[in-house]
Amino acid sequence: MAIMIPNVIKNFTHRPRTRLYPIEVRQLPLGVRGHIEFDMEKCIFCSICAKRCPSDAIVVDRKAKTLTFDPLRCIVCEACVEGCTKDSISMFEKWRSPVIARYNEVYKPAEKEETI
Amino acid sequence: MGRITAPFGPQHPVLPEPLHLNITYEDEKVVDLSPAIGYVHRGLEKLAETKEYTQNVFLVERVCGICSFMHAMTYCMGIEELMGIEIPPRAKYLRVFYSEISRIHSHLLWLGLFADAFGFENLFMQYWAAREKIVDLMELTGGHRIILSSCSIGGIRRDLSTEQIRIAEDTLRHVKNEVERINPIIMKDYTVKKRTVGKGILTKEDALKYGAVGPMLRASGIAQDLRQTGYAGYGDMGFEPIVETDCDSYARGVVRVRETYQSIELALEALSRLPEGEAAVKVKGNPEGETIQRVEQPRGEVLYYIKANGSKNLERLRIRTPTFAHVPCLLKMLPGCDMADVPVIILSIDPCISCTER
Repeated sequence: MAIMIPNVIKNFTHRPRTRLYPIEVRQLPLGVRGHIEFDMEKCIFCSICAKRCPSDAIVVDRKAKTLTFDPLRCIVCEACVEGCTKDSISMFEKWRSPVIARYNEVYKPAEKEETI
Repeated sequence: MGRITAPFGPQHPVLPEPLHLNITYEDEKVVDLSPAIGYVHRGLEKLAETKEYTQNVFLVERVCGICSFMHAMTYCMGIEELMGIEIPPRAKYLRVFYSEISRIHSHLLWLGLFADAFGFENLFMQYWAAREKIVDLMELTGGHRIILSSCSIGGIRRDLSTEQIRIAEDTLRHVKNEVERINPIIMKDYTVKKRTVGKGILTKEDALKYGAVGPMLRASGIAQDLRQTGYAGYGDMGFEPIVETDCDSYARGVVRVRETYQSIELALEALSRLPEGEAAVKVKGNPEGETIQRVEQPRGEVLYYIKANGSKNLERLRIRTPTFAHVPCLLKMLPGCDMADVPVIILSIDPCISCTER
């Protein structure tokens, strides 16, 4: 047990290893898959992202020109970002805020509407 | 003295996942048990038949959180064999690197849980503090803390930059120092030895008979590790498995401690051998035929059977995970032990029930 004594002393002097989360927010490193956002000015509703999505979080209606995205189904795998030929989907190094109810984001050409 | 039968699990403080055991005790000795699983079945094998073969990479990663990279790698190796794809040399060594950091992460997590099982909470926190550095490294290199999603059919999706390689090397050396500081406690401490030495004996013959794999098999004195077969970049790295001959819970701990050092060395060697060039090749067409792939996970051997019919969807995907091979071993290890040793012995197989049920 004597082997633990330096460790015990260190624990008294060391600052806490945990973080006071909502007050102290950690900066995520570059390249972390946080969340995706759509740029509707570039989007041509080709539906490649919807076909690639493994969790069916994106649904594209090519006739009505709408893109419905369910952020809670999204597993942030980056498959849609890699597949997009027009670079209209971008990945951000920031997690989405927690929510208490499911919601969908509906995108239309060059303008965004949010329905809850 | 009469016998009593008491349930162990599925909800139990020592179990991270729901394993149910009906244990019959006589006094305080275990005389009989019957294991039961089926609390976290998710039907992933069936779901894999409805998804495209490229989407399945993300699905199989979610079979197990701890060894998610190795699940994806095994699946990708199977599809690459069916489609006749040769991955670039850089991707081979990157796969070794990601596999080994996953193994370090898994072993440190297990060592912490093992310490927690016999009530050594401080040791648990020390190991998990060291593991946190590895999880941060996974976040920096793979883009996520646990589910890396960096493996793809044809190679590796995320190549490492020179700066990332430097940080990875520094982190691995730092973790090695941390583990060297903590490990004497589990290797030499009297209380740890008292709770683990001679508990849950699985002899060499029984290990073979019951089909044990991975660290369980190596702690019973059998030098078998699938990395010897030389998949990914292991073929050129002169890999030798780590063996202990004591066959008890302590030996399983020692195997994992020594494997943590070995994995740090292998990850550093993989980084030093990284050749220049592309990390992935483009994939076209659909797979056809059937194949079996085996990879050494932190817990042991995982087996993938893939049957494809030339379309985008697979005909059958079958996954056999290491814990499935270890549950029968419990029937040999537990009878005769004390009631208080049951959690330690169960933890020594490193149970991952979500993997087993898929």
